[in-house]
Amino acid sequence: MNIFVCIKQVPDTETKVTPNSDGSYIETSSIKWIMNPYDEFAVEQALLTKAANAGATVTVVRVGGVKDTEALRTALAMGADEAILVESSDNLDSYATAKAIKGAIEKSGKSADVIFTGKQAIDDDCLQVPQLVAQMLGLPSVSVVVGCEEAGGKYTLKREVEGGALEVYEVTSPALIACNKGLNSPRYASLPGIMKAKKKPLAQHSLSDVGVTDADVRVKYSNFQLPPEKPAGKKFEAMDEAVQASVVADVVKLLREEAKVI
Amino acid sequence: MLNFDLTDEQKEIRELALKFARNEMMPKAMEYDEKAEMPMEILTKAWELGLVNTCIPEQFGGNGFNAIDSMIITESLAYGCLGMNTAIMANDLALLPIVIGGNDEQKERFLRPFTESYKLAAFCLTEPGNGSDAAGIKTSIKDAGDHYLVNGNKMWITNAGYADLFVVYGTCDASLKHKGITAIVIDGKTAGIELGAKENKMGHRCSDTRSVTFNNVKVPKENLLGQLGEGWKIAMATLNHSRPMVASSAVGGAQASLDHAVKYALERIQFGTPLAKHQAIQIMIADMAMEIEASRLLVLKSAWHLDQGHPNPELSSYAKAKSADMFMAVATDAVQIFGGYGYSKEYPVEKLMRDAKLIQIYEGTSQIQRLVIAKEIFSRSQN
Repeated sequence: MNIFVCIKQVPDTETKVTPNSDGSYIETSSIKWIMNPYDEFAVEQALLTKAANAGATVTVVRVGGVKDTEALRTALAMGADEAILVESSDNLDSYATAKAIKGAIEKSGKSADVIFTGKQAIDDDCLQVPQLVAQMLGLPSVSVVVGCEEAGGKYTLKREVEGGALEVYEVTSPALIACNKGLNSPRYASLPGIMKAKKKPLAQHSLSDVGVTDADVRVKYSNFQLPPEKPAGKKFEAMDEAVQASVVADVVKLLREEAKVI
Repeated sequence: MLNFDLTDEQKEIRELALKFARNEMMPKAMEYDEKAEMPMEILTKAWELGLVNTCIPEQFGGNGFNAIDSMIITESLAYGCLGMNTAIMANDLALLPIVIGGNDEQKERFLRPFTESYKLAAFCLTEPGNGSDAAGIKTSIKDAGDHYLVNGNKMWITNAGYADLFVVYGTCDASLKHKGITAIVIDGKTAGIELGAKENKMGHRCSDTRSVTFNNVKVPKENLLGQLGEGWKIAMATLNHSRPMVASSAVGGAQASLDHAVKYALERIQFGTPLAKHQAIQIMIADMAMEIEASRLLVLKSAWHLDQGHPNPELSSYAKAKSADMFMAVATDAVQIFGGYGYSKEYPVEKLMRDAKLIQIYEGTSQIQRLVIAKEIFSRSQN
C-alpha cells in the first residue's frame, strides 16, 4: 500500500507577520517554520494506516522554499519512510502547488493508494490544494474529516458539517482524505526517530522536474498589506438611569448613520 | 574551528524537548509541585520519547547522544519543570558511575533494562553527617567472603522511593579517607534497604527525596564498580559530567523565568505604558538575558570538553556555580518584575524562584565549586 501525505511548511503561529519590501509576500527572513498543524493530523493518520497494513509505506510530499526542511524531517522522524521536496517560492498559488504535487507523486513511480492532507493551511487559508490534487489525479476526495477507518481498501470517513452534525462517507481506494482537528492525536517525533530520520531518503526536485511551467502559475501577488489598525472604540456612560434613554438613542443613531449596520 | 551552530539534528532534538516541556510538563508543573507527587505518567512519556537516560551508550541500547546533546535536552526539560527534570536527571547521575566505572558485563546487566522500560535509579553519596565533605563517608562496604555487606545511612537521595537500582558510595576502610571510598550497585529489591519518609522541600517538590538506610545489605561481588578504593575517582568523574547537566537545567529555568517576565512586561500597564517601555525594567531584562547566555556558553564549553574526551573539572565547576547563582538572581528578578503577582502562586515565577535555590545546593554547593576552581588554579600555578 502506497500512502502519500502532502504537508506544507507555514510560519509559526506566534509569528509577527509583516509584508516584504516589494509587497509580493511576507518578510520571511526571521520566520520560524513549522509543519501546518492540520497536516500533523494527516501524517498521524498515514502512520496509523501504515501500522494496520503490513508492508505499507508513507511518502511525504512538500512544495515550497528549501531554506529549512524541518517539516519534512519532522514527518520522517515521526515515522514516514521517505520524503519528496519540490523547490519553489514560499507563496506558489494553489493550482501550481497541486500540479507540482501531482507531478511529484507520478515521478515517484508509485501509484497512490491513499493521499492524506490537512484540510487547509493556516497561513493563506486557501482550502484549495487537496481538492485540486484529487481532481487532477481523478480521485474522490473528502474534506474536514474527523473520523477515518480503513478495512481492505475501503475507508469509512466521518465529516463535520454545519451545526455539529456528521456525514458518513464510504470511499474506495484510491482516494484523497483531507484531515481536520479531532481526527487523532499526532505523536511526537521521538529522539530515536529523529536519529533514524537522517538516514531516510529525501528527494529534491525543481518545479520543472515535476512538469510545472511559468504558465501554470496563475496568481501573482503584488500588494501584501497589514490590515488597517482598528480605530479606538466609543464609550458610552449610562450608569445613571436618568441619561439611559438619551444614550440609547445616541447609540442607535450612530449604529444607523455612522456604522451603517442597522 | 570555533562553531556555535547546532546541527540540524540537535535543533530537532531541542524542538522536541521544548515541545514536550511546553505541552506536557509546564501545564502540570504547579499541580504536581503542590501535591508533592511524582508525575509518573509524564516521566514515562518522556522516557518513551527517548528524553531520559541520555548517558547510556548506543552499544547498550542508548540513543548515542554526546554531552552537548544531553545539555540541550536538559535545558529544554528544565524549562518545563525543574522538579520533573530533577527526577529525570537523577537517573543520569546514578547511571553515569556505571557508564564510567563499570565493565561491559555490568553495563549490559545494569544499563540495558533502563532502555527497555522506564525505571528509576538513585545516586547515594551524601550522608546525614557528610554533605560537602564527601570524603568523610561512613557507610561501610565490607568483604564478607562471597559477597559484600553494606551498612550505613544516606541522605537527600533523589528518586529513592522509586529506585530499581541504587549506586552507593561507601568506604572499605575509613582510615584511608578518600582512597577507601568504593562504589557499588545495589538492586532496589535487596533485603535490608529501608526508606525514610518523603522530604517536604521548598522546591523541586514533585521529585522524590528521602533518606535511605542500608542495614546489613548483602550485595553480589560482581556489583562492585572498578576495584575497592576506586569509588572516589568514579564519583569525581561522574560529577564532571553531571555538573554541566545541572548547570544546563539552571539555564533552562532561568530562560523560563526571563520568558515569563518578558511576556508580563509587555502586558502589564503602569503609568500609562507597558512595563516593557520603562527603562528600569528594560535594564533588568537585558541583564537577565546577558547572564543567561553567558552561562549557556559555559555549559556548552564544558560539555564540549567532555565530548573531546578531556573533561575539565574546573570548567564543569565554572558552569555549575555560575549557572546556579545566575538562575537564583534571574528568578529573583523575574519575581521582582511581576511585583506582588510574582509572590503569588498564581504566576509561575514564584515556583521558579523556589526551584532555583536548590541548584545552588545540590551536586556541590556554589561554595564547593569555588573551592574546586581555586584548587585547580593554585595547583596549576605551583607547577
